[in-house]
Amino acid sequence: MSTTTTRPLFEGADWEFSTIQRAHDAIERIAVDELGLSVYPNQIEVIGTEQMLDAYSSIGMPLFYKHWSFGKHFARNENLYRAGMQGLAYEIVINSNPCISYVMEENTATMQALVIAHAAFGHNHFFKNNYLFRQWTDADGILDYLEFAKGYIAAAEEKHGEAAVERLLDAAHALMSHAVHRYPRPRAIDLKAEERRERERRLYEEQMFNDLWRTVPGQDKSGRDATAAEKRRALLQLPQENILYFFEKTAPRLAPWQREILRIVRQIAQYFYPQSQTKVMNEGCATYVHYRIMNRLHEKGLLTDGAMVEFLRSHTNVVFQPDFDDPRYSGLNPYALGFAMMQDIARVCTEPTAEDRNWFPAIAGSGDPMAVLRDVWANYRDESFILQFLSPRLIRQFGLFHVLDDAEEPQLTVQAIHDERGYRKIQRALARQYDIAWALPDIQVVDVDLDGDRTLVLHHRALNRVLLEDRDTSQVLQHLADLWGYDVVLREVDPADDAVMREHHAAWRPGILPPA
Amino acid sequence: MHIVDRRLNPGGKSLANRQRFMRRAKQQIRKAVHETAASRGLKDADQGGEVSLPAQGVHEPGFHRDRQGGIRDFVLPGNKEYVAGDTIPRPPSGGGSGDEGSPDGEGEDDFRFTLSRDEFVELFLEDLELPDLAKRRVVDTESLSWERAGYSVSGSPANLALLRTVRNGLSRRIALRRPKPEEIAALRAEIAALAEDDPRRPPLQEELDRKLRRLSLIPYIDPLDVRYRRFESHPKPVAQAVMFCLMDVSGSMTEHMKDLAKRFYVLLYIFLRRKYKHVEVVFIRHTHQAAEVDEDTFFNSPETGGTVVSTALEEMRRVVAERYSPDAWNIYAAQASDGDNTASDNDRTAELLTHAILPVCQYYAYLEVGRESDHFPPGFIRRDSDLWQTYQQIQRTGVPMAMRKVNHRREIYPVFRELFAPKDARAGAETA
Repeated sequence: MSTTTTRPLFEGADWEFSTIQRAHDAIERIAVDELGLSVYPNQIEVIGTEQMLDAYSSIGMPLFYKHWSFGKHFARNENLYRAGMQGLAYEIVINSNPCISYVMEENTATMQALVIAHAAFGHNHFFKNNYLFRQWTDADGILDYLEFAKGYIAAAEEKHGEAAVERLLDAAHALMSHAVHRYPRPRAIDLKAEERRERERRLYEEQMFNDLWRTVPGQDKSGRDATAAEKRRALLQLPQENILYFFEKTAPRLAPWQREILRIVRQIAQYFYPQSQTKVMNEGCATYVHYRIMNRLHEKGLLTDGAMVEFLRSHTNVVFQPDFDDPRYSGLNPYALGFAMMQDIARVCTEPTAEDRNWFPAIAGSGDPMAVLRDVWANYRDESFILQFLSPRLIRQFGLFHVLDDAEEPQLTVQAIHDERGYRKIQRALARQYDIAWALPDIQVVDVDLDGDRTLVLHHRALNRVLLEDRDTSQVLQHLADLWGYDVVLREVDPADDAVMREHHAAWRPGILPPA
Repeated sequence: MHIVDRRLNPGGKSLANRQRFMRRAKQQIRKAVHETAASRGLKDADQGGEVSLPAQGVHEPGFHRDRQGGIRDFVLPGNKEYVAGDTIPRPPSGGGSGDEGSPDGEGEDDFRFTLSRDEFVELFLEDLELPDLAKRRVVDTESLSWERAGYSVSGSPANLALLRTVRNGLSRRIALRRPKPEEIAALRAEIAALAEDDPRRPPLQEELDRKLRRLSLIPYIDPLDVRYRRFESHPKPVAQAVMFCLMDVSGSMTEHMKDLAKRFYVLLYIFLRRKYKHVEVVFIRHTHQAAEVDEDTFFNSPETGGTVVSTALEEMRRVVAERYSPDAWNIYAAQASDGDNTASDNDRTAELLTHAILPVCQYYAYLEVGRESDHFPPGFIRRDSDLWQTYQQIQRTGVPMAMRKVNHRREIYPVFRELFAPKDARAGAETA
């Protein structure tokens, strides 16, 4: 590259739209040409404080239906912000195509560059390439869908009254955490794929044909008639862990518009499902990308030294991890852990130690950290990522240790620390901490008493014998009963021996459904 | 890449959500508002600001695990001394080693948020009305203002509505086919162009004469057309009010009673503030003698002495005469007392109230505060206090005066509501 004297992108804190454009173009060259990122086209929107608060209260989405809980979140955020107890984020980025990043008007020029590198390229690349987002979200359609959802709910309010819609949304929101499909369902079969499959199957059968099989005595099939209960469960697709889906499809007394609203809430929950599984990776990816880009800009002379210092100060704040006994401690900081792990992978690729070669034979010394990282960003989620890539060196650096709290023991015990025996255990324990299937209680619809009083039966498999929080559970169960139209029972069972540890009941009361 | 400037988009996008939230939490917000108002100084009481609600009321439930019991494990950063196998005493708050916030990150703390001043007052005074007494004194306390009210056919020349008059004239001239000057000029020119003996001339001349006659018969502006701007007088309410707080501060008044009184004053103050642009407050405390004092002294500094209510009324009369002419001010008074009065003073009190105070007042409220534990066993008839009996006699004559007894804090607001509820509702309550 010919070294021409380059002028910095900006000097001082002030910026205008041409500054943003220049910064974006410079960053894009680095991100695409040097880091090999692949991103959706960017749309950067400049907003003010109140609009940022607005965006906060509608989970970051630019348009959303109306509900009192959003007003509540707005009021709380506004209060915290005005009292100076909480700063506002510098940016919000939306997983859509084009990828929308909101930037605050108060940001300095340096912060705008940082935000563009972080959100418009880091997060954007992650959204576009990570398998969870590709599998579960439709970046092209989400804004249109929200537009539809908002319009549909507004129309429903007009037609059926705000109170009716509010009660329904209350119930649906309470179930939002259990309104996702965790595994892809079979898609509708198209003719071509079906023909191909049929052909392959026939081919296989021809290859495997052996006349001898015909002579083997077959199993006696007469005794295997499915019982009525099994048939019923199969018919209702039970057990079902996506509770809202079950209600949308099966609840006997919901009106069509109510089903559609349940569906809207469910779709939105599903849209956010990948984000909750990739906090560490998503932030790690974005932070690593902005760190690389800002450093490159500085090397190229596009950032002044002053801007670089400002950036580093902000960056270090973001990746700060207080110790567990620090009053500021509030859990592992996903930015800190994610960034450290990305840095560490890059290090393993370029300057591996003997330990690294032992632990990561596949990538150690590969010499191309970006290729490895792009692959990681595309194919892992937090849990698998930590299980695979949390290195002993990082465990030592963070001083991670694993504590077990058994309610039947008087004291907590330290299970593992950063030593030879502990590394694997800590990897496993931390990965599990990020596994959403462990974090959320496992609650499934298991049966409906179709012959009797139509009681809906749910089971909570109480992992490690941890029961549900009583007060909230009875409230949510009441919502369930209101939607179902008949009694609902939730049994908490010990997965070890299927013994029922506790039962919650709720009876239907009128409100969402008209009296029978 | 697109850059979009959203800063100019209309704000208040979440206003609808806020209103829904307020409606949802109305009961609790209302309660919080009243508690907040009572804990403030009188004049700051309606400033809006932060209120806190119990979290449970606006709680959004969800399925999540209990924070105690069972087996749970954590991975924590920052190990300094532990090795595998060490035991750690259980932190007092159960198992949470600090990394388990409640699931929505909200905790069980109260939910705090900020109300605007308008929202605050609105909630505070929902469906209350000023006592319908202002009209009684229309003549002497309300000034008149003149407002335009259409047109009239009579009036002074200064109020001539020129435009309207000319317009009426125009339409009348068109309706009556008054010849236009141009038509006449054209006719004249045509006649002049013809020879003296031209046979076409006589008919034209005849038409010209007819038109000239018509022109002189139909005036350009007729008295019928004239309109004047009409004004009507409207009584303009005096936009300022003064509120007198009278209180017995003698030894028999406990802190509890003063607190009750204060709450009532706060309500009244906020209420008046909503109706009048400018509200002043005068604090008069009395024992066996009365004095005008500032708010802090009024509520907080102790005083000893006997109880002579008439001194306070006397003081009020003096202040009114000095500073608050009833012509310019709406006068409200609220008196709080435990009902004690020196027996010899009752007549004088009644006399002052009936002849000096009530005639200038819009409204006079008497609040008799009692001890929190003032319970009389059923079957006993409680003797009314001297002051109560005295005032009751005055009230029977139909003067703008209200009196209530209050023992407990929670009764203040209902009593206030009862006094200021819209008229028909109150009528029901009074007769009950």
